Amino acid sequence: MKIVVAVKQVPERDAPVRVASDGRGVDAGDAWTMNEPDAYALEEALQLKERLGEGEVVVLSAGPERAESTLREALAKGADRALHIVTPEDGTGSLTERDTLGVAQMLADAVRGESPDLVLTGLQSDDLGAGQTGVVLAELLGLPHVTLVLSVEASAGAKQIRVKRELEDGWFQQIELRLPALLTIQSGGNRLRYATLMGIKRARSKETKQVEAAAATARHDEIVRVAIPERTRQTEILSGAADQIAAKLAERLKVEVGI
Amino acid sequence: MSVLVVMEQAAAGGWHRISREALAAGKRLAAEMKLPLAAAVLGSPDAIATQAAQLAGEGVAIVWSVGHPLLERYTADGFVAALQQLIAEAKPAFVVFPHTYQVRDYAPALATRMGDVLVSDVIAMNVSDGAATFTRQWMGGKLNAQYRHVGSGPCLVSVQAGSFKADAADAAGAAGEVKQFAPEIDAAQIRTKPGEPFREAARTVDLGSAQVIVSVGRGIGEQDNLKIVEELAKALGAELAASRPICDAGWLPMERQVGSSGQTVAPKVYVAVGISGAIQHLVGMKGARTVIAINKDPDAPIFEVADVAAVGDLFEIVPAVTRALKGSA
Ligand SMILES: Cc1cc2nc3c(=O)[nH]c(=O)nc-3n(C[C@H](O)[C@H](O)[C@H](O)COP(=O)(O)OP(=O)(O)OC[C@H]3O[C@@H](n4cnc5c(N)ncnc54)[C@H](O)[C@@H]3O)c2cc1C
Ligand SMILES: Nc1ncnc2c1ncn2[C@@H]1O[C@H](COP(=O)(O)O)[C@@H](O)[C@H]1O
Repeated sequence: MKIVVAVKQVPERDAPVRVASDGRGVDAGDAWTMNEPDAYALEEALQLKERLGEGEVVVLSAGPERAESTLREALAKGADRALHIVTPEDGTGSLTERDTLGVAQMLADAVRGESPDLVLTGLQSDDLGAGQTGVVLAELLGLPHVTLVLSVEASAGAKQIRVKRELEDGWFQQIELRLPALLTIQSGGNRLRYATLMGIKRARSKETKQVEAAAATARHDEIVRVAIPERTRQTEILSGAADQIAAKLAERLKVEVGI
Repeated sequence: MSVLVVMEQAAAGGWHRISREALAAGKRLAAEMKLPLAAAVLGSPDAIATQAAQLAGEGVAIVWSVGHPLLERYTADGFVAALQQLIAEAKPAFVVFPHTYQVRDYAPALATRMGDVLVSDVIAMNVSDGAATFTRQWMGGKLNAQYRHVGSGPCLVSVQAGSFKADAADAAGAAGEVKQFAPEIDAAQIRTKPGEPFREAARTVDLGSAQVIVSVGRGIGEQDNLKIVEELAKALGAELAASRPICDAGWLPMERQVGSSGQTVAPKVYVAVGISGAIQHLVGMKGARTVIAINKDPDAPIFEVADVAAVGDLFEIVPAVTRALKGSA
């Protein structure tokens, strides 16, 4: 089974963020990592390949040069090959100049060249949080899709798979669909592996193919303004030395809880 | 031209709770854009008649009753086909969806089929000079980004839970009209076979009735460190809860997860330890009377909903609070 996994490079979770100087983007510093739901998608692909005892896992990312480190990380964890659609860091043709449809179009072009049995994406990106690119990609490729998937059941050579989908309020559902198909993966369905030293070494000899991004088409949704959210509640702020904060918190808790 | 709200039914009958909020958002948008309000209900023809009539009785000018036997059970293919046809017929200027799991599953495909995009997970909207902008969160709530739809097609938006007050939709208005719409759907178009919804093992903890909750997030770093929050919970006589990543990692059972895919809680006191305050977490605990948050990042979004914000290192603060509480017992 050939599986393509779309992985996005996003700012490190605890990195301080600022509004970009043009007031319409993010300045997130220079600490980058793999979007967490995509790590779960990659893990599901690697486990599927291991269970089936055959197949290939290709990781795909659209982003600037720096995104290569995220693809390297995926290769170190066990992906076989990487495809990198290179976009400018900012300005014309960069990711921020493209809407979800535009990003998905770049990914679709690359996936078509691979003709995979299965395409996996994360459920949602940690930076933009659109939660859409996977579904849009499926539609562009003419593939059936299921979102919020926790696990995949497949057998070697089979044309049909069964997936477990998360529903709301603690409910789940099994869904059957034919291959080729696209699934967006929810976190928590599997346990993430770490890259081993051996894996990192092996990754050095694995192929990362760079392709140039197609020209961007105009966005259908324009970003007007980006701002730090305003506080909605009256908040008592405790800061300073930890033991002083703790003493005040303990007093407040005693009153609120009634002990 | 209208504002069309696509309503969603709850699995157990009645409306999905975010549907009413989407309707309130749609109503406000319609008023501010000076457009009529319309709504759509999808399902098998007999199942939706009552709900369609109900909407027409509460101020929705046109209610589209979109009935087809193949819409009885949700599939993305069925819903996309039906809504694409409805939109071609109704020609709305705006289509408002509740941001439910079901909408996440089909609305982006619908937008794509129309050659357009969906502005998803909207938390606020603003109309000025006849133009609408929609606010959605970036970076897990650390930033708000305002979007404007451009182009000739309808503007598609989905609204996040808890962002628009549902009450506004309840006011009685002029009686509207129910229109039957029978989309053409062929069984062969439907490419997924959904099974019956099921639950896993029964819940053994009911966080919903807990009076005091200590909730732990990824700031705790490692599973071994959980004992410091367990001790705080014990000193307070509190239930222990967590954000999703803690349950995803298997450090605490899933039934202790608070949020949109976990439990909804409304304790007297909610202590959030090392939790950033992503919207999916906030929707599960916004009902708490007092929120106390401990976080080292002064800009953490959790502080926007906190009554008390303790800015500092949880590894120093939490054990010290526990000691202080015990000292007084
Ligand atoms: C469809 C969907 C459903 C979801 N459902 C849920 C849900 O039900 N519940 C849920 O919680 N999430 C849910 N999520 C995930 C959610 O989007 C967030 O990713 C998650 O809530 C983040 O958890 P966190 O705050 O623990 O981690 P992070 O966002 O990583 O935050 C960790 C925080 O700890 C702080 N910190 C770090 N070290 C320290 C220290 N030493 N002292 C003090 N503070 C420290 C950091 O400043 C940071 O603010 C869902 C997501 C999706 C897409
Ligand atoms: N630039 C990108 N490169 C590769 N994959 C992406 C990119 N943007 C989004 N994706 C995939 O689409 C998913 C959903 O992203 P989003 O729609 O932004 O929430 C992510 O989890 C990734 O798997």
